[in-house]
Amino acid sequence: MKSLWQGRRIPLSWMLLTRQPVRLLVALAGISFAGILMFMQLGFRDGLFDASVTVHRLFDADLVLISPRSASSVRMAGFPRRRLIQTLADPSVEGVTPVHWGLMLWRNPETRRNRAILALGFNPDDPFFLDPGLAEQTGVLKQKGRILFDQLSRPEFGPIADWYNDGRVVETEIAGNRVRVEGLVSLGTSFGADGNLLTSTETFLDLMPQKSPGGIEVGLIRLQPGTDPDLAVARLQQRLPGDVTVLTKQGFIDFEQNYWKSSTSIGFIFTLGAAMGFVVGCVIVYQVLYTDVSDHLPEYATLMAMGYRISHLLGVVMREGFYLAALGYVPAYLAGQGLYWFVRDATKLPVGMDLPRAITVLVMILVMCMLSSLLAMRRLIDADPAEIF
Amino acid sequence: MPILRRFSDMAADHDFDPVPPAVSIDTLSHSFGQGSMRRQVLENISLRINPGEVVLLTGPSGCGKTTLLTLIGALRTVQQGSVNVLGQRLNGAGRRSRQQVRRRIGMIFQGHNLLRCLTAEQNVQMGADLLPDLTYRARRNEARTWLRAVGLDDHQMGQLPHDLSGGQKQRVAIARALAAHPRLLLADEPTAALDSRTGREVVDLLKKLAREQACAVLMVTHDPRILDVADRLLQMEDGCLLPAIQ
Repeated sequence: MKSLWQGRRIPLSWMLLTRQPVRLLVALAGISFAGILMFMQLGFRDGLFDASVTVHRLFDADLVLISPRSASSVRMAGFPRRRLIQTLADPSVEGVTPVHWGLMLWRNPETRRNRAILALGFNPDDPFFLDPGLAEQTGVLKQKGRILFDQLSRPEFGPIADWYNDGRVVETEIAGNRVRVEGLVSLGTSFGADGNLLTSTETFLDLMPQKSPGGIEVGLIRLQPGTDPDLAVARLQQRLPGDVTVLTKQGFIDFEQNYWKSSTSIGFIFTLGAAMGFVVGCVIVYQVLYTDVSDHLPEYATLMAMGYRISHLLGVVMREGFYLAALGYVPAYLAGQGLYWFVRDATKLPVGMDLPRAITVLVMILVMCMLSSLLAMRRLIDADPAEIF
Repeated sequence: MPILRRFSDMAADHDFDPVPPAVSIDTLSHSFGQGSMRRQVLENISLRINPGEVVLLTGPSGCGKTTLLTLIGALRTVQQGSVNVLGQRLNGAGRRSRQQVRRRIGMIFQGHNLLRCLTAEQNVQMGADLLPDLTYRARRNEARTWLRAVGLDDHQMGQLPHDLSGGQKQRVAIARALAAHPRLLLADEPTAALDSRTGREVVDLLKKLAREQACAVLMVTHDPRILDVADRLLQMEDGCLLPAIQ
């Protein structure tokens, strides 16, 4: 370490950058902009995918039964309820909970406009949520026509939470049936659902009379402690007929995310957006480094004439790229944090900075700057020390 | 020294030569361009510079002085004839070996060519950084010593080339060239951008410091006022070396 310090040289790259503060600022602004663009696009993408499973994550279940005809949370098909009961024959199954799942048209009590809301119907005596606070509230659903409203729903559903907190009786209509908001819960919005409500099986079937009472959309299975969920999936799938699919809880989450990733263009659009940021950054850094090398060409040639190796000079350009990347990343990261906060506030989507994304963007900025400096180096080949005399 | 004798010296093995020359050139020719555009710039040049000798090269513009300088400075590849600089044969020498030779040659340019983004001290240290196996502190002290030797004070050392006068810049360039402990110094019109008094001072300084280092100097100049610093004067015309005057 000491010999490294002793062997250090004049930090030429650093001087080249810092002695031209305006150019440096322009370069850093460009790199930060590219970084922010990448943070935003990737953040949106991951946030949207993450948001598609906010409700899924709340379930207290080891395994999940769904119909193979279900495509996603907004198109859940039904399957016979007795399939879920059949799984109780397996000794590793501790308990089961049938859940009705479907989109309903909610009338905004203020504007009287209808909007699709995700409704979950279940037995109020048997709540299936991981959050014990949530489970305590479900008792009020035993009365017919009562619902719990998700206060994180988008404001288009009406000022339900405000009215409720003011002590008013909040009532509205779903498919022509009167419902009363009997409490507020916090679940969160997703791609498919701008809002959520919880209700009992009876109310659910009243609101959606076209559903057959013998059918359910989701069957939750809790396993005996110490059971390997993957083995249980294989065993149950073999025992049950082909009209149901057995998934682990993670499999259920993946099933939903895969739909949005593969069956929609959302992933592609946002990845393309991030790629655009990358390209824009490349162009800016290349432009800055290229002019920098061009402006200093006689000086580089002088160094070559003095006996510096071309590889040494290439290293100077390379280090310039590295410094730009490191300096440009910091404001990009900070601005990214700020914008994530802003987006969370405005859209209620769970967009946040996480370590893998922070590293991904750092690597992309590094690659961007290194690539640009490699391209800018080609200009250095033009430095002919014989021409400077 | 008669010319015939010099040629025989060159042919002889270096072991028999008491002092190996800093530069020895034999029947060097060089041309630019191809085919009908081909233009001969140097023709049959032979010359020898001994260590510690100060040689001035004069001649009208376009006579090939600078080309000769770049060939000796290992900045161009040799086409015809032989060039030996500091014991290294430059005919057919690759990029790497030419770069190695250049480390031992100090160069001073017409337009000083200092690095604009570095202070005077850092510029000189870019020269000292070429010295192997020296600590950072030792190289910095080396740079400061040379800057004091060319007459810059501590305040001026910390200034950017932009804030220095023309004479000061050229002094820094000399310090930079000498900081790498060269055995040969090549200078291309070092006084061109200076007034006569400053030019005189710079050249005297150059000669004094080169002499202390036993460093050979080849200086191309148009300036008649500095011809008297030379141990030997060479004149060129149309790519040929005229017979020695002194």
